[in-house]
Amino acid sequence: MAHVTYIEFNGTPHTVDVADGVSLMEGALQNGVPGIDGDCGGNAACATCHVYVADGWMGKIGERSESEEAMLDLADGLQENSRLACQIFASDGLEGLVVSMPESQH
Amino acid sequence: MASKHTLSREEQPQRWPLPPRRRPDLADFSRASLIAYLQTAPLDEVDISDPMYWETDTNSIYFKRLRDEAPVHFTTHNSDRHRGFWSVTRWADIMAVDTNHNVYSSDAHLGGITLFDMDQDFIMPMFIAMDPPKHDVQRKAVNPIVSGPNLASFEGLIRERTREVLDGLPRGEAFDWVDRVSIELTSRMLATLFDFPQEHRRKLTYWSDVSTSDAEIPGNPQKEERQAILMGMLQEFTLLWNQRVNEPPKGDLVSMLAHNPATRDMPPMEFMGNLVLLIVGGNDTTRNSTTGGVYEFSKNPGEWAKLRANPALVESAVSEIIRYQTPLAHMRRTALEDTILGGQRIRKGDKVVMWYSSGNRDERAIENPDAFIIDRPRARQHMSFGFGIHRCVGNRLAELQLKILWEEILARFESIEVLEEPERVPSAFVKGYKSMMVRLPA
Ligand code: HEM
Ligand code: FES
Repeated sequence: MAHVTYIEFNGTPHTVDVADGVSLMEGALQNGVPGIDGDCGGNAACATCHVYVADGWMGKIGERSESEEAMLDLADGLQENSRLACQIFASDGLEGLVVSMPESQH
Repeated sequence: MASKHTLSREEQPQRWPLPPRRRPDLADFSRASLIAYLQTAPLDEVDISDPMYWETDTNSIYFKRLRDEAPVHFTTHNSDRHRGFWSVTRWADIMAVDTNHNVYSSDAHLGGITLFDMDQDFIMPMFIAMDPPKHDVQRKAVNPIVSGPNLASFEGLIRERTREVLDGLPRGEAFDWVDRVSIELTSRMLATLFDFPQEHRRKLTYWSDVSTSDAEIPGNPQKEERQAILMGMLQEFTLLWNQRVNEPPKGDLVSMLAHNPATRDMPPMEFMGNLVLLIVGGNDTTRNSTTGGVYEFSKNPGEWAKLRANPALVESAVSEIIRYQTPLAHMRRTALEDTILGGQRIRKGDKVVMWYSSGNRDERAIENPDAFIIDRPRARQHMSFGFGIHRCVGNRLAELQLKILWEEILARFESIEVLEEPERVPSAFVKGYKSMMVRLPA
């Protein structure tokens, strides 16, 4: 399990428990965190779960897959630290992870 | 029976007019007869691309059987018309095709994105019918223009147009919702977004209808006529573009495209292609969602009561309307190499049709999928916008327009009475309505 903090575009933080193996997209939806839509249900196929990963965490959450790369490449506001929340899975190692949301999902 | 592969162009060149379609030997082609037929017909005997299954709204019977018995199924019947195609009908298999653009191509030169091949003598460059890398470059240029924050500036105008249309409707008498609201609103909206002269707005509807029309349906413009109409459209847009590019930048989409560093230097044909794509993409899809919503609420008064009691449900209601309608019944791809899908061997060159209308009713992915439920827990998880790199770039605009429409309907009308079954569009691609008679309370 990990406590994950999601920061809305307007700065509002939401810290929730995400169970092991559950994606950060699911974690947001299950806990009613606004700003993540998850339209494709976690297939890296819609990019409506775009998040920015806080400094220092990029090395700990695995690599972007080819399909995640392809979808992120087309997303508004792409940054180095952009990831799809449905492709990041909670574990003890991610305790305290912080991600923030773009202005809107598209 | 022919083997399971799409006939190549050498085996079957594009020809006009198409050879006659073979239909089942039935006494009549009424809805009742087709329902009875589809329930038991051998799966291989049915050509679901036949417009009659769409005009009568009977196709879903066949798709339920395919999902259960043959989820990836090849149609040879009438292949002298369509060259033969795979039907992909389950949510998971559609997702697999949609996310695998390296194998499943959208390229116009291979036939493009609809079951019936694009006219190979008249290909307008549009990124919807391109593969990476070109697709990606053009989509990225258009993307921010139809993103949520940019659209926010249009919200006031969209609401104003919506109010005008709704306030002008007659009370207590029958009228056609499709013509008076769905088409009227969509054309005003397009004219507003592109700052196209309002008095000529129905031209936008007309051009868009012609671009998406199946030339194979009798009465629709045939090859040369269609080309001439679309050339006329291109000329008018060229004038518009020339005018905007020489004026200071302003808020309409044409001006944005003409001045945006990412799009302004596009070769003219590509620029036009993208402009047309934005107009076509947002025309009959939104129009038919507008009609479909009214129809579904009339069939489900309990859902209407729910929305009236809790207008905050409007957003999930809009998603459910779009799922339930599935304005584009399918998108098609062409296999670039041999592959396996759902246990079937797909060969290079095969046409692969993703039936979103079936995926949206797949009980393996969506609970109680045949019910219209406006407060589904995950209403946004539907297939109507497609998935993967071609996923609808205009989805936020569509959702915004429909949200405003339902907010304004809620503010005005206690009910919208649907007087008879709507007349549906005879097309396996554009799933929609030609007319629907309704009455508002006096
Ligand atoms: C309810 C309304 C709508 C529905 C159901 C819908 C559906 C779709 C679908 C299924 C695709 C995927 C095409 C593919 O995978 O081959 C698509 C793409 C597209 N749509 Fe929409 N659409 C809607 C509204 C709009 C609007 C309002 C616009 C205009 C702004 C628009 C513009 C586009 C464009 C430009 C593409 C091409 C994207 C690409 O190839 O990357 N659509 N749409
Ligand atoms: S939920 Fe669709 S990409 Fe993550």
